[in-house]
This record gives sequence, structure tokens and C-alpha cells, in this order.
Amino acid sequence: MRNGALRSELHPSDLVRTATIGARTRPLRAALSALGIMIGIGAMVAVLGLSESSKSELLAQLERLGTNLLTVEAGAGIGRGDAMLPDESIDMVARIGPVESTAYVVNVEANTYRTDLIPEAQTGGIGVLATEPNLLEAVNGTVAVGVFLNDASGRFPAVVLGSVTAERLGIESLVASPMVWLSEEWFVVVGILDSLALHPNLDRSALIGVEIAESLLDSDDPPTTIYVRTQPEDVVAVANVLPPTVNPEFPDQVNVTRPTDTLEAQEAADDTLTALFLGLGAVALLVGGVGIANVMVISVLERRSEIGLRRALGATRRHIAYQFLGESILLAGSGGLAGVLLGAGVTAAWALYQGWDTLVPIVAVVGGLVAALAIGAIAGLYPALRAAKLSPTEALRI
Amino acid sequence: MTQVLSLIDVVKEYPLTPPVRALAGVTMSVESGELVAVVGPSGSGKSTMLHVMGTLDRPTSGDVSVAGHRISRLSDAELSGLRSRHIGFVFQSFHLLAGYSALDNVADGLLYTGMSLDERKELATEALETVGLGQRLDHVTTQLSGGESQRVAIARAILGGPSIILADEPTGNLDSKTSAGIVELLHDLNRQGSTIIVVTHDLDVASNMPREIHLRDGLIESDQLKSIV
Ligand SMILES: Nc1ncnc2c1ncn2[C@@H]1O[C@H](COP(=O)(O)OP(=O)(O)O)[C@@H](O)[C@H]1O
Ligand SMILES: [Mg+2]
Repeated sequence: MRNGALRSELHPSDLVRTATIGARTRPLRAALSALGIMIGIGAMVAVLGLSESSKSELLAQLERLGTNLLTVEAGAGIGRGDAMLPDESIDMVARIGPVESTAYVVNVEANTYRTDLIPEAQTGGIGVLATEPNLLEAVNGTVAVGVFLNDASGRFPAVVLGSVTAERLGIESLVASPMVWLSEEWFVVVGILDSLALHPNLDRSALIGVEIAESLLDSDDPPTTIYVRTQPEDVVAVANVLPPTVNPEFPDQVNVTRPTDTLEAQEAADDTLTALFLGLGAVALLVGGVGIANVMVISVLERRSEIGLRRALGATRRHIAYQFLGESILLAGSGGLAGVLLGAGVTAAWALYQGWDTLVPIVAVVGGLVAALAIGAIAGLYPALRAAKLSPTEALRI
Repeated sequence: MTQVLSLIDVVKEYPLTPPVRALAGVTMSVESGELVAVVGPSGSGKSTMLHVMGTLDRPTSGDVSVAGHRISRLSDAELSGLRSRHIGFVFQSFHLLAGYSALDNVADGLLYTGMSLDERKELATEALETVGLGQRLDHVTTQLSGGESQRVAIARAILGGPSIILADEPTGNLDSKTSAGIVELLHDLNRQGSTIIVVTHDLDVASNMPREIHLRDGLIESDQLKSIV
């Protein structure tokens, strides 16, 4: 009872002050030892932030592109040569109840050249497609320069270039009224499309009107691809009835795809990359933790006499342990905080550059900080216990 | 006068092979208000005795009592508590926290009593004035001379008015002129009521103190209480 008064006490604010002595007297060393944690946490937060931001961007993109678009193509029938969609496909499809609109393209046997001097071998994978004015709306496309085909220009030798086609032909503007050489005819370029995320084949095409294709190029093939917009809730049902509707005889020769599915598949592939980078971040964290433990062990050795003095001033072993444990946790914690800021900054910068919304998941921020603090505690435990174990007289002996 | 410190048949052995018997059975006591010099040749056990008196080390046998507490009955944490309030230390090598101001260093004297920083700084300012460094509060350790550093350490030791102040070779690192100033300060503090034990190998320093204990081979050779002039 008399000894109840014999208690050392350390005010919490003083505990924090003693835990920051190391960092205040050796700021460079403290900064370097926190660097590993900063890089590790930064990498992980950035990876999670970028993945989250790009996912939300994908959702927004899917929203914009519409997940209710289906494309219908002829599948390569086994042993039957190249399958074709039947001529009357379009009308059949349009008659399906929940179908809102349809559009189509027809492959035209022709090649596109900037001039009539280029040999035929250099076609560079540019295809010619005949289509109707409603295609642009069906594929949610936009025109970069000029206009799309309309009822009038569809009857004349006018062409709209996909983005890749325009690039390959070196046509960027319509100021000089550029023309292209299409199967022994000059076509006037009236428009250039923006890139279409879901329809790379259109990017690589030259689009002309169906009527001019028939009259000038003798094209009378059935549609190559049909674009079908359905009511959103009936996409799957429509996809199921499309093959027998288009080709009742050989429904298995009809390929129905939802273009947005490929985007989602790409995103799933990105997840593997995310996991890989998270793993690398974890390795950086481990290295950072070992670095902090190392610095703390050295610090305890260097500060023996300070430890002895503190024991003489009345510090208990526990106070000494808390001081060094606190220092380690503060080092790692500030590295973690800097890492979170770094990761969020990288995410924001990249999102800004890509024109996305910045999204840093709260679980990455909180998780990053908690992980850093935990690493600090683990790294500091052994050095702190070593410091606490020193006997006062041993510590005071120089 | 009350007893503030006593050693009862204290033996301290260091477990080497063969064991080193640094204190071979020391019995003595110190009353409140005394100024005691402990002298003896190097290796005679002075520092060991001071450490045992200051509860930094426990005796192998025998007991020590400080401010009425028998340390054999106290836990390690209680010994820390005893030191935080009742014992002030002054070391040969000052042991100041490098890069910190005189005021911060002195305020640490009561760090482990749980007292708030503001209160401690207030007391520290007074203590620095007492040791003659009222003008040096904000000087950092690197800006202080040896004598000033030791004065800061002494201010830290007297902070909060401990029951006893233990100084181990406080002038060991100082030239003779500076030493004289420090010894004079210890006399002043004692006159103001502090109980002080000074370990020294300097016979001149010892001979001017009211009580002189001579150690040799871990035993008290003589314990002389002089009439004060
Ligand atoms: N920690 C220790 N371990 C082993 N021997 C020690 C230790 N401290 C002191 N000694 C020995 O105890 C004896 C007394 O030492 P010390 O008390 O330091 O003497 P003084 O301070 O009078 O010079 C010496 O022989 C010294 O070598
Ligand atoms: Mg000594």
C-alpha cells in the first residue's frame, strides 16, 4: 500500500515525443527506412486504384455502348465451305418481337487505295463494306470529321473511312477533298469515323452505300454482319432465337455474339495482372519491413546510453519497449501514409490522363495504413524487447 | 534529521570467473541534508556502490533502503517509480540528449512521473536558474561548454526535489577551474537543503566535504564526519 506511490508514468503525449526522437535526430535515415514501405504501399494502392478506376470506366463504357447490341454472322460450317447468311435474314430478324432496330454490312470484293498507282498486293487488310445510313446509330458510332453516309450519298461514289483505314491511307481531314481508288473507281471521302471500341472490323473498313455497291461494283451478296438492338431485358432470349430465325435449316451455322462480352473478358484478364502487381507490392513491403527492423536494431545499439539514462530517470522496461516500438510503428506508418498518397496520386494522374474518374477504394487506403502499422509493430518488436532487456548499469557503461 | 538512505551489509559480486566482489559487505547510512564524498582508488567499488544506492542494480546480498523503501521488497517497475521521484543522478559524461535544448533536457528529469510537459518546463526553468543557466534555456547541447553541460545535468537531477542526489565523478571530464565551479554548486545546493552523495577519486574535492567515506577493495576503510567550519 505504501508502495502504491512508486509508479513510473509516462504521459501519452510524452510517449509520442520520445518515439519521434530517432526520426528528429536522424531524419535522413528515418526517411530512407520508411521508403521501402512507401513504395510497397504506394504500388498496392495504385494497382487497386487503377483497377477500380478502370473497372468503373468499363461499366460506364458498357453503359454508353449498350449491352443490348448483338451481332449476327455466318459461322464457318464444317465441310460445307463458307457459310452465308440467307438473303432474307434482315427481314426475319426485324420481325422478332423485342428487336428494336437492325443494321447490316455486306462484304464487297474490292480494295481501297490512296491512288491508282499502288500495286494490288499492298491492300493492308482494308476491307470494303456496303451499308445503310442507320449503321452509325446501331453501333453507337460517332464521326470524327465530315458526315456519315445518307440516303443521297449512298447512291453515289462516296466513302466513309474507319479510323484505322483513314490512318493507313494518311487521310486526316477532308479539306483537300480526298479521294480513294476503289476497285477501278474514284470515291470521294465524305467522313471519317471515330474509333469504335467494340467493332475493330469497322475501324479497318471503308464504308460505301449499298446502292452504289450494287450498281458500280456488282455486289449482291447477302449481309455479312447484322447488328441487332434489342430491348435490354430480352438480350439473352433474342440471342437464343436468332440462329433458328436467321437460318432455320442450319441454325448452327449462325454465330451470335454480344460485343460487350469481349470487353468484360479483357477486364477479367487484367485481374491477373492486378494480382501480379499486388504480389510485387507485397514483396516491396516485406523488404521495407526488414529494412525498418534493421535500422531499429542499429538505433538501439547506438542509443544504449540514452536507454541507461532513461532507466535512471525512472523509465520502466515497458516504457523503453514502448518508445522503440512506437518509433518503428511511426516510421512504417508515415511510410504507409506517404505510400497511400503516392498510390492515390498515381491513380489520379493516370485517370486524368485517360479521362477516367479517379476511384481509390477505401479498403486499399485503410488496408494500406493498417498493413504499414502492423509491419512497423512486427519489425520493431525484437529491437524494442532488446532495448528493454538491457540492464541500466550495462546501458550506462560507455 | 531523517534517514534517507541506508546500506545494510551490502555485497555485490559480478558473476565472472572468478567472481569479482566489487562490494564486500558495506553498511552505512545517510541522513537528510548531508553532503557526502565517497573516495577511493579506481576499482575500489565506488561506482558499484552508487549504482546499488540508486537502485540501478540490486545487491547480491544485504539490502538497501531509499526514502524508507527497502528495495529487496520492490519489483523492477517499483524501483523505476522510486527513481523517478526520489533519486537524481549526475554522471561523469553528462548524458544529455544530443540536439535538444537545455530546457528540454532538464524537463526530462520528471518525464517518468507523468507530469505534464508545461509543468515540467516551468520547474525546469527554475532549476536552470538555480544552477546559474537562466540565460541558456534554449541553447542546444552542442552550444554548451563542458561545465555548462554538467550544470544542465545537475539541474535535471534536482528537478522536483528528489530525496537524494547521486553524482558519479561529476568533475571527471572537466578542467580544474570548471570543476571548482561544479563543486561549489554542489555545496550551494546542499546548503539549500539537497542531500548529495558525490563519488570522486579527487582527494581535494573530498576533503572539503562535511563527510568523507573512503572505500578500498569494496570495503569502507574510513567514514569521517567533520565539524563544519
Ligand atoms: N559490470 C561489471 N561486470 C564485471 N565487473 C565489474 C562490473 N562493474 C564493475 N566491475 C568490477 O568491479 C570492481 C569495482 O568497479 P567500480 O565500482 O567501477 O569501481 P570504481 O568506480 O571505484 O572505479 C572493479 O574491479 C571492476 O572491474
Ligand atoms: Mg567509477
